[in-house]
Formats: sequence, structure tokens, C-alpha cells
Amino acid sequence: MSDLKIEGYEFKPGFKGMAKDTGSDQTMFKGVHWGKAMMWIFLLSDTFIFSCFLISYMKGRGSTIIDWPNPSEVFGLHVFGVDVPLLLIAIMTFVLITSSGTMALAVKYGYEKNKKMCGWLILATAIGGLTFVGMQAFEWGKLIHEGVRPWENPFGAPQFGSFFFMITGFHGTHVSIGVIFLFIYAYKTFAGHYDEGKRGWFTTMKGDYVEIEILGLYWHFVDLVWVFIFAFFYLW
Amino acid sequence: MSEDFNDNKTIQAQSSEAISGGGSGIATDADYVRPAEVADQDLYHGHSFITKWIFCQDAKVIGVQYFLLATFTGIIGLILSWLMRLQLGFPELVPFMTAEHYYQFVTMHGMIMVVYFLTALFLGGFGNYLIPLMVGARDMVFPYLNMVSFWSFFVAVGVLLASFFVPGGPTGSGWTLYPPQAILEGTPGSGWGIMLMCISLILFVAGFTMGGLNYLITVLQARTRGMTLMRMPLTVWGIFTATVLAMLAFPALLVGALMMSLDNVLGTSFFMPTILKAGEVLEYGGGSPILFQHLFWFFGHPEVYIVALPAFGIISDLISVHARKNIFGYRMMVWAIVGIGALSFFVWAHHMYVSGMNPWFGFFFATTTLIIAVPTAMKVYNWILTLWRGNIRLNTVMLWCLGFIVTFVNGGITGIFLGNVSVDVPLSDTYFVIAHFHMVMGIAPLMVIMGAVYHWFPLVAGRFLDEKLGKWHFWLTFLGAYSIYFPMHYLGFIGVPRRYFEMYDSPYVTSAVGMNEFISLAAFIVGAAQFILIYNIIKTLKTGKPAGHNPWQACSLEWLTPTVPPEHGNWGDRLPTVHRWAYDFSVPGAKEDFITQTTPPSEVAHTKVEKT
Repeated sequence: MSDLKIEGYEFKPGFKGMAKDTGSDQTMFKGVHWGKAMMWIFLLSDTFIFSCFLISYMKGRGSTIIDWPNPSEVFGLHVFGVDVPLLLIAIMTFVLITSSGTMALAVKYGYEKNKKMCGWLILATAIGGLTFVGMQAFEWGKLIHEGVRPWENPFGAPQFGSFFFMITGFHGTHVSIGVIFLFIYAYKTFAGHYDEGKRGWFTTMKGDYVEIEILGLYWHFVDLVWVFIFAFFYLW
Repeated sequence: MSEDFNDNKTIQAQSSEAISGGGSGIATDADYVRPAEVADQDLYHGHSFITKWIFCQDAKVIGVQYFLLATFTGIIGLILSWLMRLQLGFPELVPFMTAEHYYQFVTMHGMIMVVYFLTALFLGGFGNYLIPLMVGARDMVFPYLNMVSFWSFFVAVGVLLASFFVPGGPTGSGWTLYPPQAILEGTPGSGWGIMLMCISLILFVAGFTMGGLNYLITVLQARTRGMTLMRMPLTVWGIFTATVLAMLAFPALLVGALMMSLDNVLGTSFFMPTILKAGEVLEYGGGSPILFQHLFWFFGHPEVYIVALPAFGIISDLISVHARKNIFGYRMMVWAIVGIGALSFFVWAHHMYVSGMNPWFGFFFATTTLIIAVPTAMKVYNWILTLWRGNIRLNTVMLWCLGFIVTFVNGGITGIFLGNVSVDVPLSDTYFVIAHFHMVMGIAPLMVIMGAVYHWFPLVAGRFLDEKLGKWHFWLTFLGAYSIYFPMHYLGFIGVPRRYFEMYDSPYVTSAVGMNEFISLAAFIVGAAQFILIYNIIKTLKTGKPAGHNPWQACSLEWLTPTVPPEHGNWGDRLPTVHRWAYDFSVPGAKEDFITQTTPPSEVAHTKVEKT
């Protein structure tokens, strides 16, 4: 934020600067949009939700009497006569991480007021997210077909099914909500709502390209959470 | 729609004026406050009845809505406590009272009072009304989200109360909702009741998150010119820190409620161990009931401070205004609030000393618990030192403040008993615990609420509440509450267990019976005394003495709005500019015994006011 200028306020670098900003009037985070600050704090709270889920999962997995199923077998795919462990998950993860990249580019083009590029990149992100949710639905279907249920599991501890469906379901809900908003934002970008500052349908607040960055924060967070879920469920 | 919004002409005018200090009088360099960083807030002004009073985006109206709904729910909690006391004091007097009903009333009373009454009232009610006014903002930063927050709370309350009318009734598992019994047959409300409770809690958390984001960002990013964090009234500090706690603690409750719903509805076994029931093995198995206790208390302990910190903040302001003295050790008070907030995340397992955990954990949690007593005691000393040699106005507000300090010290001391493992184990699950937490997080915060109502009613309604009725209300509540909870400590020492429907022929029955009757009678009187306030409010809304501007001669911004009660947008054309903290009372040399936050230094240069 070196290019940020505030009338009558002199920025200082490093820790001293942070202390000065904190001790100053009006705002603590200089030049930060209200909505952006809100999203950061919401994500902190959401981090606690996912942490509670994952810690409960560790505790549950640690205290079952029946063995936990081997993830490489349960999540493996049988393609062209070969068993490939974690194939689907690898593709899913790749798609989701890529969509984070397109999201970041969308934010960049948004701030450059390049409506067209920005809109297409948001759309690409939305499609990436949709693909992810689709593949997750396929994986759920496969496991359900094999007899895994939230309350039982033919491969071992029933808690495997409980935690798997609950946590991936909760994360998948996050992705789905993100996808819905991405489609709405893509429409709004193409329609030029952010250029002309058109007021939102519900919130009545003026549109601004910063909204894309705020949605981007959420999207990156959802990706980051997936990395943890991936590590805890598929690699442990 | 465009006529619904402010035009932004005022902002330019304001920032060009700012360079010269603005306002009337002789501006000097000392009066300089740098210009506004962000443009004036863009507000939606409702015109119809629905947008002005029902789906309203004005934080003040939302605050009042929260206040009224929380009070309504609180009255239901009060009636439930009466029913419980009827059973305990005079068993078999109420014909419909069975053991099942008793447990349901205990559970609903606890949950309603802690979450739907105190939390909603302090954060939703006082937070919404006071934060924007006290930091000099036009409104909360996200008014629409704020409105949705209240209506989520409304639906949450609806779902909670609906559980009285479903098959099996509300859950009777105690407000801690411990599994496995919460969802096993035999516990009242094990099917529908617990499900609606979990749904209601999830809705409450969702709604609260929306409100909480508003409170935090308004304090962090929407203060007026000159309002630094260290010039904010302690009320704002208390509510702000409590909101931070809530944002980090409610996730654990959400996750716990969600997992328990799945155990209940889908038959998963997150919290359910292998259970033998009447010789038959249930479908459940392999889960950990202790996990729920950890999740619950990771929420539950910070929850105590979510209620207590706003109370600490508000009481500091009330004492300072009505003792006409600056709050003693303002910075210490702020750091104590923040410190208590941080520590509250490391003490949760002191609620679980008897759960069979490793004794070393008990040692750790006892230590952290006792450390919390340090900042808390600092606050009590500072309140007393604020009163010391103050010019005390012994009005109703001050009475409630004094009542709070005494009650809080009382409950705090029994907390030190219970924080120690070796003392807690024999006292665990007795009436001593009931007495402790009702004193410290029931009656004490309630006294703050009452004081705050008498203090801020002139702002909200423009009229004073009746002092005579107020004093009756105070003395009946104060003496009555002590009559209820003091004997309960004794009941706990002789070993009367909590949550028992009846004492039957226990050996301590002779001394406990008379005491239980006495407590019940006191409880009926205290409960009835609360209706004095409601009568007082209804009566004085029309006929009370008009309050006018700044009736208490306070320094803080909420009293300095151009109109009383403040209108939507709070500040008219110009936002206030702040030059000092909110506690410049009785400054030597000053014309009056208070200097408002907006008074520029050049006007009070001849006084002994200190730079804040």
C-alpha cells in the first residue's frame, strides 16, 4: 500500500507504522474498504469453524475402536485396468487451485476496469468451482454406491463416513455458495454495474470493483481450507 | 430510489472546514483534527412504516428491536424459573409439574437467559444502539446485514419457543445439552426438542455473526475524526472485545450443535459411545461424549465473558458519569478487558473437573482460571477508586452500579472457590455452583442492564424514568436476589445437588426444606419486582419528565446529537469532531463539571484539563 495517500497523515514503515495506525483516529486499517475488513474477520471466524471440525475429526479418528479405512484404497479410482490412488482428488484439487488463479486475475483486471476480461475470468472461476462440486458429487455417489453412509461404513470405522460427509459437505456448501455469487458477480461485471456504481438489489449499496476482491478473498479461503481437508482426509 | 439517499454535498464542505479546525470560536493549531479519510456514509432512509420500524436498517431501531425481543424471551425465562421454584419450595403444589417438565424448564430457563436474553440484549441491544453513537458514526457500517441479523435472531427465538409445542416438548437435557442423554429416549424432548434447540442455536450464531461483523468494523474502521481507540468510552471497549470473543467462540457451539443434530437425525456417532439400553445394544458406538463437552465449553466459557465484558464497560461509564469523576485507570481498564478476553479462551475445562480428565489438565486450568481473577480484581478496585471522593449522585442508576459491584465481588469470590480442583470436586453439581454463577453472571449483569436502562432511557425516549419506582425496583431486586442466592451457598455446602426434581427423604431434608420455601418466596417477589420496570417504562413514555439535551451532563458523544432522541443518521449535517476522552469530569478551572468530547482545546485552555 505504498501508493496510498491520506491527507494530513504520514505513514511510517514497519512495526512503528502499525502501532501508529492502531493509535490513530477514524480507521485502524488505513485505506481498507469496510467490506474487505469485514470479509477478513468473517474468514477468521470461519477458520474457527473449520478448525473445530478438523480437531473433532482428529479426536474422533483417534478414539474409535474399529480401524480407520485406508484412504488410498477408499479414494482410489480404477481406470483402464489400473488402480490409481487419489486420482480424482488430485484432479479436484488441481481444478480448485487453478480457479484461485483465475480469480486473482479477475481482481487485477477488475481494478484496471477491464470489464470484459474481468467478467470472463470470474466466469472461468465459477465454472472451475462448479466442476469441483460436480466431481465431489461423483465421489459422494461412488462412496454411497459402495455402501458408505454417515452412520455406517463397510471399510472400517463408521465415523469415517460421518466425518467425511459432514466436513466435505460443509466445505462443498461453501464452494456452492461461492459459485452462486461468482455467477451473479460475472453478470454484474458484464452488465457494467461496477462501472456505473449501480445499487445492489438487496443491500442498496453502490457497486464497486472492490466487491470482486472481497469475493476473491472468500474464494481463496475456500481453496485454502480444501488444502487442509485434503491433507487430513486423503493423506493421513 | 435516489431520494432515499443522502446527497454527498456535506462531505466536501466538512473536509475543507476541517483544516481550520471547524466550528465556532477561535481555532488554534491545538484544535486541528485531520480531515475525514472516507466519504460520508451512504444511508438508506426508509419512508414506509415497514422500512422504518419493521425491516429497518437504522441501528438504533434494530437495537430497540433486539432489546424488546430479548426482554420478551427473558420474561419467559423468568416465568420458567418461577415454575421451578414452585416445585422446589412447595413440591406437588403445581398439578402438571412432573419430573420431565421440571427438567425441560431448567433447560429452557438456562439457555434462554444465557444466550437469548443476556447475550442478545448486551450485544444486539446495547451494541447496536450505542456503538455508532459513541464512536461518532452515522450508523453501523452494513445496515442491511444488521437488519438481517435481527430477523435471524427473531427466527431463532421462534424456533426455540416452537419447541414447547412439538411432540415431546422442549429438550430437558440441561442447558449444557450433554450427549449421550440429550438425544437418548427417556430424556424429555430427545427427538424434536433437541433438534429444534440445535437449529435455533445455529440460526442464532448465524444471525449473531452478521451483527458481530458490523460491531467490529464500525469500531475499527468507522470512527469519527479525532476518535482514537484510546478515546472510546469503555462501553464500546467492552462490547467490542465481547464481540471478538463471540466471533471466535460461537464456531465451537455451531459445530457442536451441528454434530449433535446429525447424531440425532442421521444416526451418526460423533458423541455417542456404545450404549446398552435395557439389555440391548443400541446402533450407536465409537463416539466421544467428552468431545462435545470440550466443544461446548470452548464456547461456554468465553460466553460468560461475552456477557460480563459489556457489563464491565457499561458500569464503568455509569459510575464515572454519576460520580462526576474520571474513570480511575482508563488504560488499565482497557487492558484488563482485553486481557480477560484473551484469557477466557484458556480456562474452559474448569467446567469439566469431574469429567475424568487428567489431573494435570485440572492443574493447568485451575491456574489459568485463578489468573483471570487478577485483571478482574483490578477492575473492581478501579471502580471503587472512581467512586472514592467522587461527587456521587445517589440516584437509581448509581444504586444499580453499587449493587453490581457488591454482587460481582460476591460471585467472584465464590468463583475462586470453584476454580480450585480440590474445592470444586465436592461442590460440583451442588447449589453452591448455582449460587455462584447466578450471582456473577446472572444478577450482576442484570443490575448493569437495569442501571443502563435508567441511564439511557432519557436518550432513547427523551424522558426520564420515574425515580421513586426505580428505587423500589432496585431495593426489591437487590435484597430479594441476596435472599435467593445467599441461602443457596449454604444448601450447596450441605450437599443439596442441583437439577434434582425433588429431595425425597434425604438426610438434609429438614434444614433444606425451610430454606427452599424461603428462597422460593423471595424468587416470586424478585420476579414480580421486574414488572415495576415495565410499568415504569409504559407510564413514563407519555408522562415522564422531558429529559432534553444531555440530561446527565455526560461527556460522551451519544448525548451530543443535534436531536434527542437521535434521528436516523445520528448527526445531522456534520459529524462530530473529537478532541478528548469521554471522562473529563470535574476538571479544575472549567465552567461546568464536565467537558464534552467535542469541546475544542482552545475553549478550555485556561483549565487544568489533561491531554488525552
